[in-house]
Amino acid sequence: MQGVKEKALELLASGKAQRVLGWKTGEFFYDLTPGVFESAEEVEREFEYGVFAGANLSKYCIAESKKDGVTAVFLKPCDAYSFVQLLKEYKVKREKFYIVGVQCDGMCDMEKIRAAGISGATAVSEDGDTLKISTIYGEETMKKSDALLLKCKTCKSKKLVIFDELLGEQGEDCPESHRFDEVERLERLSPEERFSFWRGELSRCIRCNACRNVCPACTCETCVFDNHNLGTDNKAAASDFEENFFHIIRAFHVTSRCTDCGECSRVCPQHIPLHLLNRKFIKDTNELYGAYQAGADLESRPPLMDFRKDDCEPSVVYERGGAKG
Amino acid sequence: MKKLALKELESLFAAIAAQQTLYLPQDDAAGQAQFAAWKEGAARSRRLNTARSAKDLFFPQVENLAGFKREGKSIEIFETREDVRPFTVFGVRACDARSFEILDKVFLKAPVDTFYASRREMGTVITLACTKPDETCFCRSFGIDPANPAGDVSCWMDEETLYWQANTAKGETLTSELPMLEDGGEEAVKAQQEKLHVILEKLPLAQLDLSKVGAGETEALFNRPEWKSLSESCLGCGTCTFVCPTCQCYDVQEFNTGKTVRRFRCWDSCMYSDFTKMSAGQPRPTQLERFRQRFMHKLVYFPDNNDGQFGCVGCGRCLQKCPIHMNIVKVIKTMGGGDDAK
Amino acid sequence: MQVTWKPTIVAFCCNWCSYAGADLSGTNRLQYPANVKIIRIPCSCRLNPMFILRAFQKGADGVILCGCHPGDCHYTTGNYYARRRMTLLFSMLDFLGIEKGRTRVEWVSAAEGAKFAATMNEFVKTITELGENRRLEDLRCKE
Repeated sequence: MQGVKEKALELLASGKAQRVLGWKTGEFFYDLTPGVFESAEEVEREFEYGVFAGANLSKYCIAESKKDGVTAVFLKPCDAYSFVQLLKEYKVKREKFYIVGVQCDGMCDMEKIRAAGISGATAVSEDGDTLKISTIYGEETMKKSDALLLKCKTCKSKKLVIFDELLGEQGEDCPESHRFDEVERLERLSPEERFSFWRGELSRCIRCNACRNVCPACTCETCVFDNHNLGTDNKAAASDFEENFFHIIRAFHVTSRCTDCGECSRVCPQHIPLHLLNRKFIKDTNELYGAYQAGADLESRPPLMDFRKDDCEPSVVYERGGAKG
Repeated sequence: MKKLALKELESLFAAIAAQQTLYLPQDDAAGQAQFAAWKEGAARSRRLNTARSAKDLFFPQVENLAGFKREGKSIEIFETREDVRPFTVFGVRACDARSFEILDKVFLKAPVDTFYASRREMGTVITLACTKPDETCFCRSFGIDPANPAGDVSCWMDEETLYWQANTAKGETLTSELPMLEDGGEEAVKAQQEKLHVILEKLPLAQLDLSKVGAGETEALFNRPEWKSLSESCLGCGTCTFVCPTCQCYDVQEFNTGKTVRRFRCWDSCMYSDFTKMSAGQPRPTQLERFRQRFMHKLVYFPDNNDGQFGCVGCGRCLQKCPIHMNIVKVIKTMGGGDDAK
Repeated sequence: MQVTWKPTIVAFCCNWCSYAGADLSGTNRLQYPANVKIIRIPCSCRLNPMFILRAFQKGADGVILCGCHPGDCHYTTGNYYARRRMTLLFSMLDFLGIEKGRTRVEWVSAAEGAKFAATMNEFVKTITELGENRRLEDLRCKE
């Protein structure tokens, strides 16, 4: 995407923003780090935007919101949903941000490139749908669609729900995202199969808390899992139970607030498909209480903060899909 | 030096596993390599290195220390230590092999950590030389030669053959129990080593400048203003510490089972908000101090106390795994100044 | 010698309706198994999902939540929220392959002593058939 860096320079120069929240260039082509730029020199030297700018900057807005002046922030469509959700929960102040919406065609995942057996990568270039990757062992190519982040493969919307200025075209929802396909596949399995699937996945958890710390919906000052006074803290997955406990409760805590930005699965060092837990909650919420997209607007009531007198009973779970367990 | 045709490798693993548990990098459900116990038919991972480090086998994430049981007014303390049986780890890379040296300096210095010590005593480490390092590798900067890994036994592998070199008494004993190994292979190994040394020169991090960090640099680095912007990006998760082969901080916690209390230790991370939190408060109140602690520990404090040896082995795991790609190389370069400052 | 296994059931009862309902079933001398342990909570919506998981961790084989009938909440709307939460939570437990029969919600008013006893008898029977909680157990607690 052209013009992102130029926009950052322009906003600083015009005084519309006192600082810019964007991505800093890394050692390699893929390791961009979210960061704050306070001067044009810094932007010139370190600002970079490209197909590896997958990180959602919304969470950083909570800290930026406490600073004086205006911060210019670049939000991709999925990041914008997170921002609106934060706004809805009074975690960020609208007037503190100048939002530049950046249209996005999907971000790439270096882990996918590595998994394809490409090592020693030093540079990348895009050629249509092909990524040309230079490595110290020679040239490699890979289809960009195979290198996409999981969240981008099942992108729910390219609509920028909030912005002051737009780079690129306004997009639309993607009804054909198939984002619930994997959840549905699991639902069709027997409880035994589902149990062994999740045991296999969650047993890899190392409790690094990356999923929680990156999550724009996890904004508690002290997480319940860090709260020693409550007796609910635990630092390690000391038993199978603790793994289930942490992930069920975390997913539940963000139910109807999770915008499905997919950061949890992106950051998991053990590649646990954590987004499936959130999507299960989203799918159930949609089916039982009507379609709802967290972060789509500021007005609607989240399903868990709302009710109808004729809501279904919890026993509906016994009747719905899957074999009897 | 010994050698073995690769098609016989399965029989070698079977022979070792018949005596003791054999851990070997294998692909997990997500396709990442992890050390797992070898079973017949288990395939060795083709990935360069495991996602979690070999440290896990000697210093597990969770370990019971003691149990307490109360009866009336007396409290009984009971042993919860599990017997450590002899085990072998195959496929440890040179970087992880060096990490044991670093962990030894922490855990085997008086007072000796007997839990760690017993695993070190019982464990035999078979290392495997690298042939195709990744762009994130920088073990060379710490004087590690991935073509000549340490360990009780060092191995090299090419398309057809495994080469085997016992380095210690433990390694010799193991070798003597493996009759399928034949003599020879020096030439092939030498050729492979030379080839790798050429590749190492081409790695993007080959020229990493460590001159501005190291023992005695506390005063120069501690108050550097760059810590603020570096730590601002940090999410405060524990990924880097938990995949790190040399991070050794742990917390001691208790779990009430309802009938007894288990005291266990589990890995801690200096990135966590409650790291070293005491009743008097938190000496490192913000992420800046905690972030600084991690890198100062590896790059300054550890060398200060250990004759200049760095607490990093350049395995590159934190470069690959950090959710926001902040890592020790970026810190070194920032603190190193010069044209390459990031 | 064969030991017949009896399930441990935790029943979270709202203070205003179901706890009184349990009381009434007692005063009416209605029988329900002694392995049902009642925990009183101020309202069914006080039930944090953590409580349910903790109950399983500490040895429960089944967990049931009893509250006022929808529309009769002492705090007007608490049980409506609880209803949504529990529906989603139970569905998630099912998604993770945990037997769905192990968790249940029943609305029991202060006048329904008979319903309380019948519900508990039936629930204990269901859990006995399901057997021991294995999928949400904490082995440390089973020493």
